[in-house]
Amino acid sequence: MAEERRTDYGPPHFEQFLPPVIKENYGKWKYHEVLKPGVMVHVSETGDKLYTVRAASGRLTSIQKIRMYCDLADKYCGGHLRFTSRHNVEFLMDSDKNIEPLIADLKDMGHPIGGIGNSISAIVHTQGWIHCHSAATDASGVVKCVMDDLIEYFKEMKLPGKLRVALACCLNMCGAVHCSDIAILGIHRRPPRIDHANLYKMCEIPSVSASCPTAAIRPATVDGKQSVEVIEERCMFCANCFTVCPSMPMADPLNDGVSIWIGGKVSNARHEPMFSKLAIPFLPNNPPRWPEVTTAIRNLVELWAANARKYERMGEWIERIGWPKFFRMSGIEFQKEHIDDFKHAGLTYKRSTHLTF
Amino acid sequence: MANTLPKTPMLDELETGEWPSFVKEIKMAAKENPMSSDLLALLERSYKEKIGHWKHGGIVGVMGYGGGVIGRYNDLPEEYPNISHFHTMRINQPSGWFYTTDALRKICDIWEKRGSGLTNMHGSTGDIILLGTSTDQLEPTFSDLAKIDFDIGGSGSDVRTPSCCCGMARCEWACYDTMQCCYDFTMAYQDELHRPAFPYKFKFKFSGCPNDCVASIARSDMSIIGTWRDEIQMDKDAIAEYAANGMDIKSDVVDNCPAKCMEWDGKELLIDNQYCRRCMHCINVMPKALRPGKDRGATILLGAKAPIVEGALLSSVLIPFIKMEPPYKEIMDMVERIWDLWCEEGKARERVGEFIQRVGLGNFLEAIEVEPVAEMVAFPRENPYVFYEEYFEEGDDDEEEGGDDE
Repeated sequence: MAEERRTDYGPPHFEQFLPPVIKENYGKWKYHEVLKPGVMVHVSETGDKLYTVRAASGRLTSIQKIRMYCDLADKYCGGHLRFTSRHNVEFLMDSDKNIEPLIADLKDMGHPIGGIGNSISAIVHTQGWIHCHSAATDASGVVKCVMDDLIEYFKEMKLPGKLRVALACCLNMCGAVHCSDIAILGIHRRPPRIDHANLYKMCEIPSVSASCPTAAIRPATVDGKQSVEVIEERCMFCANCFTVCPSMPMADPLNDGVSIWIGGKVSNARHEPMFSKLAIPFLPNNPPRWPEVTTAIRNLVELWAANARKYERMGEWIERIGWPKFFRMSGIEFQKEHIDDFKHAGLTYKRSTHLTF
Repeated sequence: MANTLPKTPMLDELETGEWPSFVKEIKMAAKENPMSSDLLALLERSYKEKIGHWKHGGIVGVMGYGGGVIGRYNDLPEEYPNISHFHTMRINQPSGWFYTTDALRKICDIWEKRGSGLTNMHGSTGDIILLGTSTDQLEPTFSDLAKIDFDIGGSGSDVRTPSCCCGMARCEWACYDTMQCCYDFTMAYQDELHRPAFPYKFKFKFSGCPNDCVASIARSDMSIIGTWRDEIQMDKDAIAEYAANGMDIKSDVVDNCPAKCMEWDGKELLIDNQYCRRCMHCINVMPKALRPGKDRGATILLGAKAPIVEGALLSSVLIPFIKMEPPYKEIMDMVERIWDLWCEEGKARERVGEFIQRVGLGNFLEAIEVEPVAEMVAFPRENPYVFYEEYFEEGDDDEEEGGDDE
């Protein structure tokens, strides 16, 4: 007799995965302290302590590496571990005796410790050329290069506040980078190249037309076949048409690249959450090391670190000094591309005489 | 069996440097697995040509589910036959991303047998991503996962896999039980999660406090963010200890308060709680001395999304404060009223946030039977173009709506 096929049973309940010290102190945590970079202790009302060691992980992880993490968790943590919302791996312990040997083993494996407190945590990112059909840049590669360059800021806590970096390899933003201190965003700059020979077989023409937020796409007959045409001066390279129709490819090695957005935040601490704003409209894809991107980001981090007040996030600092001052200090040229021209653009114009000179 | 790896001079340069190398990860997998070996070769080609080689997904999945598998085919299948199809499976993570090594090893064993041996821990929405397998392995993988109680997550126009911060498991600031709540919502909406029937995706994210460690206000259609109504809990001895240890309470804490509702006279910290905005800064800086109040619950906000199609949005307030107690009936009833309206009136690929922008928040609230309150707006309207829906005519009865009793 065939086994009954199970569906819709949902994820396993988390409780079975919690270490005993967490089960016993669930909801009873009183305070925490950051003991040193990448290491913190949470103290319970009961007096119990939970030690956390946070290590960098690459998001793209082999099963071989997961098994190595498991070996460490078995050796030092009673078989328990977790991952963070920014792809880091965390090891949880009820005493401090295994912290140093665990850190030594992680370092031997090539996994730096850090990312807690006033530091740069791991970069939330997307698939890029590894697995995505709409990528305008690679994700893992750019992240690797940027974090190699900024590694001191992951391993130490010498920044004025937190700095959150995120990367999305196209405007779809699977990485939802739009509220990051620094966002690295892959962009296309060439309108779709329409595959007229196949479009009528692959796509619904009304859906393709309707997908365009600027109404740049209209039905057309090309070489006797039903297809579409694009009014190129209206295209803002969002690639929504490509998402609904594979016959509208956007990727183009000569024109694809990376833009840099800054000053966003998600936390409500001090200032309300903010969107990131355009700092650098375009940098080239220059694999394997993306030197233009790593240099630009280091310059931004160091400018903020040297000038922000304690706790001030990138966006809070720039709001205090004003964007014109930021552009003067950073040496980034202010261009037409910096001025919004989509919905509500008028709300972004400067509507006062509050200016610095 | 150890495969010979393809030559990858460009990618090899990404094996140096201190940050963990994804190239090393792919190579580790590739030694055992021909899919990962082909992936390595194809990625090297992308690095040379500065373009991706993945085609649009086709519709693939497991029986009875409409989402959770991302179909992917490469555009050079004859040259890279082992990844001619290379579909990704999204597996619903346990709340808070806690694991036992036993559970992780079982997932690894399945993926060693059934797929590329590569994963993302985790994807942006929060799922365990099993990266790349062939069409014929999808159903067997699901069957193997079912035996260890892991189910598939969301994709396409459905409820996406909900995610949450670690909440009460490891955080003193959790104002409600995010992990249990995330689990309960995930279980309540299994059908909506597995069978896309919406205009577009719908995401839930559960954060225990306004620090919002899962970025719910930026990334989820419904953001449930813990908060409190009463006074910040204060330990005066601990404040004195921070001061004695050299903290400048005026510049570090008081001067950074956005509500300017704190004072420090060198001895005593005063908080005028009626003006406190629950921003968390003072609590973040002095976790031993200050804690959220005892009357805890959540603020529910609606509508965040990334730019596609009509521009990025942050969530905005729908319910300023609600107690977070299972079975969350009041919230789930409201969720269902929102879905009914959006499914009826929303356009294809229109997120709830965009739908609200199009129809107006006032009209949206009326339709979902929620009373407008001042907490929902940053400020009242600045323009005088008000859409009044009724007006009086000569001879109308004085007792009509709008007449004052006096």
